[in-house]
Amino acid sequence: MDLSAINPILFVAGFLVAATPLIFAALGELVVEKSGVLNLGVEGMMISGAICGFAVAVETGSPLAGFAAAAIGGAVLSLLFAFLTQITLANQVASGLALTLFGLGLSALLGQSYVGVKPPRMAEVNFGPLHDIPVLGPVLFSHDIILYLGITLVAAVWVMLKYTRAGLILRAVGESHDAAHALGYKVVRIRTLAIMFGGACAGLGGAYISLIRVPQWTEGMTAGVGWIALALVVFASWKPWRLLLGAYLFGGITQLQLNLQGAGVAIPVEYLAMSPYLITILVLVVLSADKSAAPASLGRNFHASS
Amino acid sequence: MKLTTLMASAALAASLASGAMAQDKTKVGFVFVGPVGDGGWTYEHNEGRLALEEEFGDAVETVFVESVAEGPDSERVMTQMALNGADLIFTTSFGYMDPTINVAAKFPDVKFEHATGYKRADNVSTYSARFYEGRAIQGHIAGKMTESNIIGYIGSFPIPEVIRGINSAYIHAKKANPDVEFKIVWAYTWFDPAKEADAAKVLIEQGADVVLQHTDSTAPQAAAQEAGNVITFGQASDMAQYAPSPRVSSIIDNWAPYYIQRTKAVMDGTWESMDTWAGIGEGMVGIGEITDAVPADVKEEALALKESIADGSYHPFTGPLKKQDGSDFLAEGETADDGTLASMNFYVEGITGSIPD
Repeated sequence: MDLSAINPILFVAGFLVAATPLIFAALGELVVEKSGVLNLGVEGMMISGAICGFAVAVETGSPLAGFAAAAIGGAVLSLLFAFLTQITLANQVASGLALTLFGLGLSALLGQSYVGVKPPRMAEVNFGPLHDIPVLGPVLFSHDIILYLGITLVAAVWVMLKYTRAGLILRAVGESHDAAHALGYKVVRIRTLAIMFGGACAGLGGAYISLIRVPQWTEGMTAGVGWIALALVVFASWKPWRLLLGAYLFGGITQLQLNLQGAGVAIPVEYLAMSPYLITILVLVVLSADKSAAPASLGRNFHASS
Repeated sequence: MKLTTLMASAALAASLASGAMAQDKTKVGFVFVGPVGDGGWTYEHNEGRLALEEEFGDAVETVFVESVAEGPDSERVMTQMALNGADLIFTTSFGYMDPTINVAAKFPDVKFEHATGYKRADNVSTYSARFYEGRAIQGHIAGKMTESNIIGYIGSFPIPEVIRGINSAYIHAKKANPDVEFKIVWAYTWFDPAKEADAAKVLIEQGADVVLQHTDSTAPQAAAQEAGNVITFGQASDMAQYAPSPRVSSIIDNWAPYYIQRTKAVMDGTWESMDTWAGIGEGMVGIGEITDAVPADVKEEALALKESIADGSYHPFTGPLKKQDGSDFLAEGETADDGTLASMNFYVEGITGSIPD
């Protein structure tokens, strides 16, 4: 065993990056579920975002344009889900699963000519002297802008849900769409906007994998992050900060177990490999011992006639 | 009444027609563990499938299902293929072993071929390639080229095939460079680009300047390219898009001749359950071009090693070798037999860390 082989600074910087796709995808789904819609298509929207972002970044040479395209791509794909569930009142679970399958297929098709291409590199944000602070500099101030956007977005969603009128309306729609409708709120419109926000976030998360974390395009490269994001929303009790904590726990322990394996720590590897799932679930379950429950209208379709 | 009769007879005619079609065509199914675009393992199996279509044209019909999870889900996929009239089904991952045996028992008339496993039945063959021969060459190049003397290895699952590869690479890296040390990380997945890239990054952060992978995607190559000054090897496929560096050579699986031969056997009615394990000599394992990033003398040695393995004059597991615990494995000049290799579940002496159960 040689723990000195693990560089704590690189480790922390590494897990912040590893957790970011999860933060985006889960945060988007959190807003969607707060509006009372269950979209199981996160994986499909992520992978679509991954290829849209990758393709546009390669064609334009600008990673930022890529991320913008990823958000748009994810949002456009989510509109399909919105149409199915909000207009035609199709079953949300089935529509979400279909969206995942569709997204995986569509992205494989779009990505055929991008296999093996190297994307343009995303520059780090220039923090000037802050970057030179020992330890804190490399850990906190040496990342790309999208990583900071993720954290900012968590804060923004928290403020929006907790302190703003828009958040109150969103939550009202999610708790009781009939009551919200009776008050004159456009339930379908609000939910569609939430779904699009979820799609855009998932798309950003996907593009973060294909443009920064790996960086390359490979078919099916999200490999289940979307499903982990869905689980994370539930375990975080639909609370943004817990979601952030959960994502960092998950990313951190995943990264830690790889580091420990590399350093030859004598813990059986299979326990290390399952530890991210176990510990994240455990911590979030303990935290959610209070009375936070799912939005009451979650997964129920709404029609103004009912 | 008229309408229903009409429809019934139409349906009957259609089913007869399709029945007649099915008799003409040999239907070959493939079960893949990753997407066909993974750029590695599944990509090469799919190339084999395409070669099959090319060879036999209209005489065969191929179907495939990709990204099938190992375990019960694969059993469902195989059953569905068999029910849909497949004559021959290739199941292309180690974890499909028991499901293949289970489904094969239910469909005695369907032939099954399981890759990299060791369980056979009257209608189940096994086939694999001697990837460890290629690993020997990688190990040699890695040992010669590492400057930090730390070689990172991304394992998928602790199964004999992967352990064989680690041992073979280690033996030859050690021979080339006695100071070499292996850092092994198990990813517990065949295909998860983000995780594979993370594993590569961690190994590089811990000082590795050579990364070997036994997972299926090209993500570790991308991570190595990003890090710079790290060399890698294409796994299962050439991964030439990362040449000349970081990818300096590769192991290429060439399944096409085998798939063609076995499908032909089904067509002729000569198919029999058997075990095939072919290597560089037979052409099932190819060594991708060694790029100019490798010094000329090392390249020459590597090619000489390849030749000696191909013509059978050298076996990558030749004694004297000891197991990790210090007990004897092979005596001076002795070579490992296929049974030992097929069930290999120990590291050779010098590798640190333990194999997960």
